[in-house]
Amino acid sequence: MRFTKDHEWVALEGDVATVGITAYAAEQLGDVVFVETPEVGKTVKAGDGLAVVESVKAASDVYAPISGQVVEANAELGDAPETVNAVPESGGWFAKLKIADKAEFEALMDRAAYEDYLGTL
Amino acid sequence: MSDEALKTTPLAAAHVAAGARMVPFAGYSMPVQYKDGVLKEHLWTREHAGLFDVSHMGQARLRGVSPLSAFEEITPGDFIGLKPGKQRYSVLLNKTGGVIDDLMAARPDDDGLFVVVNGACKDNDFKVIDNELAGQVTIERLEDRALLAIQGPEAAAVVGRHLPAALRMVFMDSRAMPGFGTNILISRSGYTGEDGYEISVPAHLAEQIWNLLLEDERVRPIGLGARDSLRLEAGLPLYGHDVDETVSPIEADLAFAVSVKRRDARDFPGAARIAKELAQGPSRKRVGLRILEGAPAREGAEIADESGAVVGVVTSGGFSPSLGYPIAMGFVPPALSALGTNLKVIVRGKPQAAQVVAMPFVPNRYVRKV
Repeated sequence: MRFTKDHEWVALEGDVATVGITAYAAEQLGDVVFVETPEVGKTVKAGDGLAVVESVKAASDVYAPISGQVVEANAELGDAPETVNAVPESGGWFAKLKIADKAEFEALMDRAAYEDYLGTL
Repeated sequence: MSDEALKTTPLAAAHVAAGARMVPFAGYSMPVQYKDGVLKEHLWTREHAGLFDVSHMGQARLRGVSPLSAFEEITPGDFIGLKPGKQRYSVLLNKTGGVIDDLMAARPDDDGLFVVVNGACKDNDFKVIDNELAGQVTIERLEDRALLAIQGPEAAAVVGRHLPAALRMVFMDSRAMPGFGTNILISRSGYTGEDGYEISVPAHLAEQIWNLLLEDERVRPIGLGARDSLRLEAGLPLYGHDVDETVSPIEADLAFAVSVKRRDARDFPGAARIAKELAQGPSRKRVGLRILEGAPAREGAEIADESGAVVGVVTSGGFSPSLGYPIAMGFVPPALSALGTNLKVIVRGKPQAAQVVAMPFVPNRYVRKV
């Protein structure tokens, strides 16, 4: 699993990247009440808006940590947005992307680097 | 504004100790939430009792030969008719009938008028009052007092343990009385739609009284995040969002704040516009919206009619923890303000179905009889 400074995570299996937000981000957001996931087929570049996650208080953008085409969105979040708080780094994933450039993945922080980064916040 | 420039309330240390997340609000460092988070804090207040620090709000005494009649020169309320021991909601009006601020004004005792105004507006409000009523009233700002609000169905039982006299008060009663080992100003009111009290206490005793109230297991500290979602469900406007200097009390659905007696006299600022709006209807009206599908519609989202034409804007909106769906308030033309009118809200470019519904969204539970 790799991480961004915006607190997204990416897990790679073959050429399909699963994207979500970290436990730290979920804790900061508070109780998630709505998630807007991307349409299947949408093409995103790293840094583009991928999803929107909403707490009682505010809406926050989730950015694509890596470029690719959306092949699946997490339909469960429609009825159970609280999954993002319960299991942010597994069942609370937002979308799966078919990626072209594995180097983008390799360039992201690994867990140790992300945890060091959290220590600076 | 840098953090260094932020003011703090007498309860700042207590908030941090309780695990609050502090944010800048109205020039103060204020708790937006505690460890429970907005959703649980909101529901706790609706089921039990929530304790809020609202010390950023402006408290003042207006004194003079006849402060009640003087106050009528800048508000549309019946203050000459305000009886001792009562509090009234009102608005400060500009010359064109726009709202400078909304406020509570009370007679807790015989010492003039006790007013509580919004924190973000207080410096301007007191300047306006001072300018408009120069020679008629003197303003003493009560900077050495904190303001606590305790709200929820168990609030009265909690306060009653310490202050049995509070149980004999009804909604919008206001009293100066001994309590909590000092002299307090207390009203049975608040801004959540729940029963409860707002209690003005000396700043140096605020933390002690705050902690005493929190010793009761029915009470939890509640941040500004839940305060906002609670007042939204209660249908109560938030100054600077739902109401501002361009909005009249009639447009804002606050006609109840314009005294019937004074509608004929037309002796308040902006009376010509307000009388015209009362007679012919305003050009826009604040309504409640239930969002029937999709994401919460927040402040700034456009409101469209069923054909897709933009007809208004959302001024407050979010997810309602009590109802489990998104709600909003916003302004629309009167022709589209009837209950049941189908509208759209545009969220991130997408139209979503919405419907005009009655406010409050969640029934209020004010205690009008004891």
